[in-house]
Amino acid sequence: MALDKTKTYHLMEVCGTHTMAIAKSGIRNVLPAFIRLVSGPGCPVCVTPPEVIDAALRLTERPNVIIATYGDMIRVPGSVKGDNLARRSAMGAKVRIVYSAMDALEIAKAEPGSEVVFLGVGFETSAPGTATSVEEAKRQCIGNYSVFSMLKMLEPSIRALASDPEFNVQGFICPGHVAVILGEQGLKFFEELGLPAVIAGFDTDDIVNAVRMLMVQIAKGEARLENQYTDVVRPEGNPMARELMDKFLVPRKDIWRGLGEIEQSGYGLRPEYAAWDAEQKFDIHFGKPVIKTACRCGDVVKGKLDPMQCPLFGTVCVPEDPEGPCMVSAEGACAAAYKYRAF
Amino acid sequence: MCLAVPLRIKELDGTDAVVERDGVSRRVKVNFIREPKVGDYVMVHAGFAIEKVDSRQAEEDLEAFRELEQVLSTL
Repeated sequence: MALDKTKTYHLMEVCGTHTMAIAKSGIRNVLPAFIRLVSGPGCPVCVTPPEVIDAALRLTERPNVIIATYGDMIRVPGSVKGDNLARRSAMGAKVRIVYSAMDALEIAKAEPGSEVVFLGVGFETSAPGTATSVEEAKRQCIGNYSVFSMLKMLEPSIRALASDPEFNVQGFICPGHVAVILGEQGLKFFEELGLPAVIAGFDTDDIVNAVRMLMVQIAKGEARLENQYTDVVRPEGNPMARELMDKFLVPRKDIWRGLGEIEQSGYGLRPEYAAWDAEQKFDIHFGKPVIKTACRCGDVVKGKLDPMQCPLFGTVCVPEDPEGPCMVSAEGACAAAYKYRAF
Repeated sequence: MCLAVPLRIKELDGTDAVVERDGVSRRVKVNFIREPKVGDYVMVHAGFAIEKVDSRQAEEDLEAFRELEQVLSTL
């Protein structure tokens, strides 16, 4: 079996850092026309749905609440364009940008009269750190800290994508740092999908090597998981990190932008740690948002639509005034395409 | 969100570490790294070391950075 070079082979990456690295390197312009690299639901901010952002925005209306968040969340709009944490902050809400969940915990220690809510966005790479902040809050008896968990899992999102009748991907570039935690063993499910998959690092040569490995497998009709990022990714992953996740987090149904509700696809806090669970503490519920925008972010995160095919791209939707999260987060496919687009 | 550069553990106090690369340092947690030691290279994500990095590879990467800086300074 050989490649049919009159066809287009779509290789999907599912990691915001890969999205950035690919856009920045210009690999797309050099690859032969029959290979197309597409971005999947790998940018954690982009897959966070508007109803969850709305709930975070409503939290800012409570007295004494400080929202602590990674920087790329602050400009993500909820269901109303222009309403985001940055705007709420300008109007007087307390919003702090942190680099780590531990920084959010430090704010809680320094300001005992406030309630600090950490927006725990991310995939398995971020989950053990988020869990650690709860462990430390309990150990140090810090009662004014809580986590609003938006943590998501890789496998259910990939399975949901692959079950879409319009799914058109022939190979996966797997997220290197999710694999650090889950190990090769945790990504074996890619083989069940009947598609080749390569765990890849983040340098240009890593990505080019991963493309080569995928194309060789496609040509041979194979569907194996290979590891290109062996410096850091072990077969067994990081079991200590997974122990922390098991102790503090529990899989639950979650809502994804573009993919909708997926069973057992996100992590909530275990009931034993309800005292540090913002959803319990503040009785958070998610409404059904009415979205009035032509933003196609939902199709972009599924790899169905190229960012530049969106009618809003680069016109009414630009990084300075984004319509949707794919243009907000530096790791979003639209922001990466905008920043590094070829003229 | 990932800082995909290996950083070297400079100081260690329980599960708190100071990591550095060429004089730039920051505090990170190393609570889910098995037997961290001063001198180990770790991959850091959002304030947490997520895995040790093969030190020879890390040295090679950093050496490449140093060579680049050295060459750039002469241009």
